[in-house]
Amino acid sequence: MIVEIGHFALILALLVSMGQMVLPAVGAASRDDRLMAVAQPAALASLVLVSISFAALTYAYVGSDFSVANVWANSHSAKPMLYKVSGVWGNHEGSMLLWVLILVAFGASVAVSGGHLPKTLQANVLATQASISVAFLLFILLTSNPFERIVPAPMEGKGLNPILQDPALALHPPFLYAGYVGFSMAFSFAIAALLEGRTDAAWARWVRPWTLAAWMCLTLGIAMGSWWAYYELGWGGWWFWDPVENASFMPWLAGTALLHSALVMEKREALKVWTVLLAILTFSLSLMGTFLVRSGVLSSVHAFAVDPQRGVFILAIMVLFTGGALALFAARAGSLRQGGMFAPISREGALVLNNVLLATATGTVLIGTLYPLVLESITGAKISVGPPYFNMTFVPLMIPLLIALPFGSFLGWKRGDLVAARQRLMAAAVVTLGTALVAGALFWRGPWLAPLALAVGVWVIAGAVSEVLFRARLGQGDRAEVFRRLTNLPRSAWGSFIAHTGVGVMVIGIVGTTAWQSEKIVPMKAGDTAEIAGYRVTLKGIETRRGPNFGEEAGVFEVPREGRTPLLLEATKRLYDAPRQPTTEAGIHAALSGDLYIILGDAQTDGSFAVRLYFNPLVRFIWLGAVLMFIGGAFSLSDRRLRVGAPRKARPPMAVPAE
Amino acid sequence: MGRISAKIDRRGIAALAVVAALSVATSGAVDRAVAVQPDEVLTDPALEKRARGISAGLRCLVCQNQSIDDSNAPLARDLRLVVRERIKSGDSDEAVVAYVVGRYGEFVLLRPPVNASTLMLWIAPGLLLVAASGFALRLWLRSGSATPDAVMAEAPLTSDEQARLDSLLKRPTD
Repeated sequence: MIVEIGHFALILALLVSMGQMVLPAVGAASRDDRLMAVAQPAALASLVLVSISFAALTYAYVGSDFSVANVWANSHSAKPMLYKVSGVWGNHEGSMLLWVLILVAFGASVAVSGGHLPKTLQANVLATQASISVAFLLFILLTSNPFERIVPAPMEGKGLNPILQDPALALHPPFLYAGYVGFSMAFSFAIAALLEGRTDAAWARWVRPWTLAAWMCLTLGIAMGSWWAYYELGWGGWWFWDPVENASFMPWLAGTALLHSALVMEKREALKVWTVLLAILTFSLSLMGTFLVRSGVLSSVHAFAVDPQRGVFILAIMVLFTGGALALFAARAGSLRQGGMFAPISREGALVLNNVLLATATGTVLIGTLYPLVLESITGAKISVGPPYFNMTFVPLMIPLLIALPFGSFLGWKRGDLVAARQRLMAAAVVTLGTALVAGALFWRGPWLAPLALAVGVWVIAGAVSEVLFRARLGQGDRAEVFRRLTNLPRSAWGSFIAHTGVGVMVIGIVGTTAWQSEKIVPMKAGDTAEIAGYRVTLKGIETRRGPNFGEEAGVFEVPREGRTPLLLEATKRLYDAPRQPTTEAGIHAALSGDLYIILGDAQTDGSFAVRLYFNPLVRFIWLGAVLMFIGGAFSLSDRRLRVGAPRKARPPMAVPAE
Repeated sequence: MGRISAKIDRRGIAALAVVAALSVATSGAVDRAVAVQPDEVLTDPALEKRARGISAGLRCLVCQNQSIDDSNAPLARDLRLVVRERIKSGDSDEAVVAYVVGRYGEFVLLRPPVNASTLMLWIAPGLLLVAASGFALRLWLRSGSATPDAVMAEAPLTSDEQARLDSLLKRPTD
């Protein structure tokens, strides 16, 4: 019964969204207040209805109601509660429901918090938002209904793919989707702006917090996925340039560009057309990410044929929204008046460079990901585009971006002074050079590029520190005075400092673990000792055990440490009961300097076990960097200037103080 | 060593790939657990290093998107052994790769070769950079032309606006 209520609520949500899509838009066009007033309650009603629907599916999962086909196919009564709940979105149908839930939640929050928006803008935004809901609700109801029943109900479910039974991966999709779907806000605002033929600093001020929030979620979501891959897939890798990863990385790159161009628009009213285009493209890439992953064209060309209906449907959604938005853009972009001139050497110029490089990187990842698909469908030739391609193209685009970053933040708006910026970055340059030399001396055996790459990460951090100190006018006034100035810096300044530091930290982690990882593959019997990166690792023994829904073999390793209790690490191989599938749990000793990482392999013919030992230097910095980016975003989001809803009356661009 | 690879002809590989792809697609499984086994490792560390380097660039044909160095699929193991066998018999790195490509086609190369069908792939980043720079330049030129005078010439104030401006200018400041 509850399941049917969920299904019914979803149908009602579709009807409400249809109303929300049409009436407010008509109202905005004809300046009819009563029609526009429909948007707000409709957005709230959609949220309530989809929440009911989502709660009903969760209820079915928690109670292991195997008469629901979706629960039967993806759950099991013996599964721990956390994974019964996360099982709701650990499958196609449920994850699409989560997608829509987040979508209507964003819509409802505009309805609630957007009271100060111009009426027509709010109506158009909510109507656009509803059109996306309609498309995805139709998709769910017509091709991916999670509420389908099976008669007679089976006794037991098939279980959730064991590699998905993991805390980080339970949270990975909600964050990822919050990011994808959050960009729909920027999209809806862009469409509304094009419909009205008007964008200004106030528009950018409204769009930026949503984009920032979405970007933060996506950052964390991608980082969680990478972290999960690191410890679950089991050979110390953290990013594979896998098409599924690229699908989430492209919106992130475009979203990062959007954040920066919206900043220019907010402060200087420049780059309007470009910002609107980026807002459209970012969400289009999110849609494409959903399409690539959900249609199955990526995992295998054959999966597409297994259920062509879904793939074609979601492809149609993508073409409709991207194509429609771009057509609207082509027709109306000319009506957006450009403002705010600037010299090439200026903060605006630097942010344009940021956008050029990020957009090119996005395009490169896009082409690398889709090229094999397109080539095969045109010529039938099968090629692979793997990590070597992406490393060769993506990295050279990022290096100039990272080198230019500190300069950019020292340049003034409108016209910057590169000589002054260079002087102010002198200390940072010295620190960077010192790092390169020390790293070069320590690791003279190579790879020779690594110390330079490491220095780039240090440069970004040192540049960010220099900027904050410069803003606090270090050296002018006593220490208390400087400290007071530091605490008085706006939160957004701290936000950009923390986020950019995060970028540098991540670069250091990537370089460290890529360049100086060490690896050893040895057969080990109980009592054997192997040595790696200064650790002496002894296999104490192999234990056979039972978990709640799996059996496992655990290799227990002991690593002596000077003056402290020895480390005990467990590397296990699990075999899950349903579905019967093996997984590997790495034994990891995490430290900031690097991880000791142990994998237990198969038993060899002589009774020993294949053991793989890794030392991954600085690998923690990668995720630490992502977390810093998230925190930086949160600081920026909490800035009063962003949060204060009603924008100050749009001032003429010339009067905006150059910060 | 040709033992296994000889037995599996190309059609066999294709069939195997389809089966594997389907099973992976339906189970959603990504099993990247343990790849190189201790018994595969060559005793000469220099040769082993070469073998690892080559393996990292060769695709495991039955996997989703893994190199044979990362995959524990039996076919990947066979290919790793083939690579090591060729290295031991004195082949250069290029010869080993050419040997594998000769058997399985260019699909095994994770870094696609530059040829007519991949030309676009390789020049695309450069083209994109030029296009994006051109777009930025145009934006900048447009913004440069948007001087107050130019804007005024394009859209002079309406009489209403002029009247409002006059009244604002006349209003005494307090």
